[in-house]
Amino acid sequence: MKRRDFVQLAGLGAGALMLPTTLMGRSISAEALLTPGMDVAQKKLMADVALNTAKSLGATYADARIGRYLNQYVFTREDKVQNVVNTESFGIGIRVIANGTWGFASTNDVSPEGIKVATNQAIAIAKANSKIQTDPVQLAPVKGVGEVSWKTPIKKNFKDVPVSEKVELLLSANAAAMENGANYVNSGLFMVNEQKYFASTDGSYIDQDVHRIWPTFSVTAIGGGKFKSRQALSAPMGLGYEYMDGAASEKIAGPAGFNMYRNSYDMVEDATVAAKQAKEMLDAKSVDAGKYDLVLEPNHLGLTIHESVGHPLELDRVLGYEANYAGTSFATLDKWKSKDFHYGSDIVNLVADKTQVGSLGAVGYDDEGVKCKEWDLVRNGILVNYQAIRDQVHMIDQKESHGCCYSQSWNDVQFQRMPNVSLESGKEKYSVDDMIKDVEKGIYIAGRGSYSIDQQRYNFQFGGTAFYEIKNGKIEGMLNDVAYQSNTQEFWNSCSKICDESDYRMFGSFFDGKGQPSQVSAVSHGSSTTRFDGVNVINTGRSI
Amino acid sequence: MAIYSEQEARKIMEKAIAYSSADSCEVNLNGSESGNIRYARNTVSTAGHRSNQNLAVQCSFGKRAGTATIDEFDDASLEKVVKRAEELAKLSPENPEFMEPLGPQTYDESKTYNESTANITPDFRAKVAIESITPAAAKDVTAAGFLDDSNSFSAMMNSNGLFAYNRSTNANFTVTMRTNDGTGSGWASRDVTDVNKLEAAAASKRAIDKAVLSREAKAIEPGKYTVILEPAAAEQLLGNMLFSFNARSADEGRSFMSKEGGGTKLGEKIVDERVNIWTDPLNDEVPSSPWNGGGEPLKKMSIIENGVAKNMFYSRYWAKEKGVDPVPFPSNGIMDGGSATLEEMIKDTKKGILVTRLWYIRAVDPQTLLYTGLTRDGTFFIENGKIKHPIKNFRFNESPIIMLNNLETLGQQERVNGNLIPYMKIRDFTFTSLSDAV
Repeated sequence: MKRRDFVQLAGLGAGALMLPTTLMGRSISAEALLTPGMDVAQKKLMADVALNTAKSLGATYADARIGRYLNQYVFTREDKVQNVVNTESFGIGIRVIANGTWGFASTNDVSPEGIKVATNQAIAIAKANSKIQTDPVQLAPVKGVGEVSWKTPIKKNFKDVPVSEKVELLLSANAAAMENGANYVNSGLFMVNEQKYFASTDGSYIDQDVHRIWPTFSVTAIGGGKFKSRQALSAPMGLGYEYMDGAASEKIAGPAGFNMYRNSYDMVEDATVAAKQAKEMLDAKSVDAGKYDLVLEPNHLGLTIHESVGHPLELDRVLGYEANYAGTSFATLDKWKSKDFHYGSDIVNLVADKTQVGSLGAVGYDDEGVKCKEWDLVRNGILVNYQAIRDQVHMIDQKESHGCCYSQSWNDVQFQRMPNVSLESGKEKYSVDDMIKDVEKGIYIAGRGSYSIDQQRYNFQFGGTAFYEIKNGKIEGMLNDVAYQSNTQEFWNSCSKICDESDYRMFGSFFDGKGQPSQVSAVSHGSSTTRFDGVNVINTGRSI
Repeated sequence: MAIYSEQEARKIMEKAIAYSSADSCEVNLNGSESGNIRYARNTVSTAGHRSNQNLAVQCSFGKRAGTATIDEFDDASLEKVVKRAEELAKLSPENPEFMEPLGPQTYDESKTYNESTANITPDFRAKVAIESITPAAAKDVTAAGFLDDSNSFSAMMNSNGLFAYNRSTNANFTVTMRTNDGTGSGWASRDVTDVNKLEAAAASKRAIDKAVLSREAKAIEPGKYTVILEPAAAEQLLGNMLFSFNARSADEGRSFMSKEGGGTKLGEKIVDERVNIWTDPLNDEVPSSPWNGGGEPLKKMSIIENGVAKNMFYSRYWAKEKGVDPVPFPSNGIMDGGSATLEEMIKDTKKGILVTRLWYIRAVDPQTLLYTGLTRDGTFFIENGKIKHPIKNFRFNESPIIMLNNLETLGQQERVNGNLIPYMKIRDFTFTSLSDAV
C-alpha cells in the first residue's frame, strides 16, 4: 500500500476520503489471522523447487522468499468505527543470478508448477538483461546457516486480542479528545505480522516471525476561521500489543507539562493532551522568522535523523543506483575515504542497527540471509561507514554485507534498505529541564510534522506537531507557523548538547519509501532530546 | 496467467455470490501481470516480473459488513471465502456510514487496453534500456532509468445486479541523466497506454540535453520569481489540490475549501478565470477506467471552470447526508492549455526561471494548501527571451491556489502520470532557500 492510499484510508489527512477496501489489498476474517499458514517443512520443499529449477537453468545463485503477511487495521473517527480490515498476502519471490545478472519473478501460485513458471521468468529476465550488462554482480560471501528461526520477542500477540477491545480503546481515546475540546478526531491501530521464509543456494533456510504495531490519531480543533491539528506522540514499534498498556514506568515527563512515551503508550492520556493543545494552537502566536536554538525531542528528531543521516548514507544512493528516483547523496566516497569529513560536531555518534529490541528494523537475518548486527556510521562527528548489502560491499572494499537487505513483500525484489539509525545519548547526566534552562531564545519542537529534503540530502525543511517558545531558560506559550530550514552538515555541526540516556526513546516510520517499483519499509530512530544552535526558522503562515 | 476474460470473471463471481445468504454480497476480482527493468551507472541493475490475482468478498447484514479475500477460485475456496466474510460481518460493529451496494449501472466503453503493451517482453525492456544507455555514454553522461509495464483486469459484481469489467495496460518510463563531472542532471518521463507511443529514446535524448545544459549552475538569490513550470513540475501540486476537493472535509470546516463561519467555496471563483480543470475517462490521450472500485460510473465532469470551483467529491454516504448526488473521485485530471510552445513561452519572458520538475513535495499548512519541495534535474535562468544559464536548485514554499491566481500564460499540454497538464507561466512563485543538490 502506498503512503498516500494509507493516509486516505486512515482518515488522517485533512482531505480524507473513504476508499473501497479493495485498495487495502487482500482481506481475511479476524479468526483466519490465527490459522497457521504453510508449515516449515512444506516451505522448504517449495523453496527447493525454486532453487533446484534455477540451478538446472544455469543460475549461479538463487534465493526464494515465501511470505505470508497478515495485517489488521482498525479505523475510527469520533464515536464511529469506520473499518476493521484483516488482510493476508501469500506468495513466493524468486531471485536469480544468471550470466552475472539479476532476475526476479514472483507469484501467488505457491505450487511446484507455479514456482517453476516464476523461476523460468526470473531466468529469462536475467538472460535477456545479461546482453546489456557491463558490470556483473559480485556477491559478498555468506556461509549457509542451515535451518534456523527468529521471532520478534513480543509479550502479547495482537491476534489474541479481540477486535472489540481494540475498538474500545480507540473510541475511548476519541472520546477523551472530544471531551477536551476537539472538533474532530481520527484514530487508527495498525498491526503487522510478517511470516518470512528465506532459502538460498548458500544453504540457508531461515524462518522468521516479525511483529509491528502502530497506534495513531489526528485531533483537530476549529475556531476563528482556523483549523489546527495535533498528531499522536506514539511511535510505530517492533513490539506486540503490550505497547498499548500505557505503563507508567515507560512515561517520560516532558518539559512543557505533558508526557512522552518510551516502550508503552497511553493513548487516552495523549489524546486528552492533544485536544487541549490543538485548541491552544488556534490562538497561539505566529512565530517571528529568524535564528533560534532548537530543542528537538526524540519523536520529532527521529524524522530529521531519518532524512538527513539515514538516507544519505545508503550506499546504493551514494553509488547512483537510486539516481532516477530517491536521488543520490552529498556523502560521496571521497568524503568517507578522507576519514576527516565532519558530518557533525564531535558529540555526534550515529549508529546503524538491525537488532535493537522494540525497533521496527529488528530481525535475526536480513532478506538475503545475512545475520543482523550493529555498526557505526558517524563516530565523534566523523563519517566512518555506510549501509551496504551483498552486491555492494566490494565497492567500498569491505568483505561482509551489513545485513540490511529488505523487501516489502514476496511480490517485490529485495534491495538495500535503511536499518535503524540512531543518535547515541550524551554521556554526562543532563536532563531536558537542564537543556531548556540553558537556552535564551529557542523553540522546543515535539512530534512529527511536514518534512522535505533535496535529492542529495543537503537542504531540508521540517515542521513538527507542537511548538513551544523558549525564552531565557523557560518554556513560554505555544507557537504556530514554525518550520526550520538548514543544510545537513551545517545542522549536525550545530549540535551542541544531547540529553542523557534516561530520555532515550524511539521514533518510527512504517512508510520509508525507496526503489522502483516503489517499496515501503519500516524503520526506527532512537535519540534523546538534542539541542541545535542558531537554526534558521521560517514563518509558514499565508492567506489565500 | 492472472488475466481473466469478461466471461471467465463473470463465471467466478456468479458462483461466489450464489454461495451467500447475507443481505448483500459484493465481489471484486482483480489480476495483473507486470514487468519492469531498472538500470543505473550505465548498466542494468534489477528487473522483475510480478503476477498477482485476488478475489475480495464483502457481505453485509444490516449495517454490519465483513470482507474476506482469497486467491484460489475452485468451488470449495469460493464457498469458504463467502462464509468467512459472512462470519466477520456478524462479528463486526455496526457502521452507521455503511451504504448498500449499488444496483445495475451503465458504463462507457473503456479505452484503457492496448494489445502491444500487454505483449511487452524482457527483450523489449532490455532494448529500451540500451537505447538510453548508449547515447548517454557517448555524451559522457550516466543513465539511470526505469520502465514498468502492466497488463491488468478489474471486475466486480454484487447481489443487487451490478456487473463491471475492465482491462487496462500501462507503460511508464522515467530516466535521469547525470553528467560524469557531477555538476549536471536532466530528467524526462513518458507514460502511455499504447507502448507504440512510448518514445523512450526521445525522452532519453531530452534528459541528456538537459543534463549537459545544466552543468555548472550559478547560484541566484531566493525570492519571488516568474517561473515556467513544465507539466511534470506542476502535476503533483495540482494533484494535491484536487485531492483536497473533498466535500466532507470542506463541510466540516477543515479544508482550504471551508469558509469562515461555515459553508464552502463551491461555486466561488478560487483561481484565475483561465483555469479549467476537468476529468474525462474517455479522453484519447489519457484514458482511465469508466468505473471505480465501488462500481460508481465515472464520467466527464468539470472540477474548476473559468476559475470557479464547480464540483467537490461526495462519497455516497456524505451525498446522502447532504441530499446531493454522489460525486466520485476522478480517475484522471485534465487542465486546459493554450497554443504556446515552450520555446514561445521562453521567448516571451523578460526575466524568469524554467523548472523541469519539483521534488519531495509535502504539505506544510492544509488551511492554505501551502506546500514545500525543491526544483530538480534542470533549472534555468531566463533573461530577455533566452535561457541564459543553469541555476542552482531552490526550495519553494507555495500554494497551488496562490500559484493559479498568479497565472500569466498557459502553454501546450503533455501527458504526465495519466493526466494532461499544460506548461504554465506563473508570476511571483516563492523560493525560500538555495540547495546545493545536483
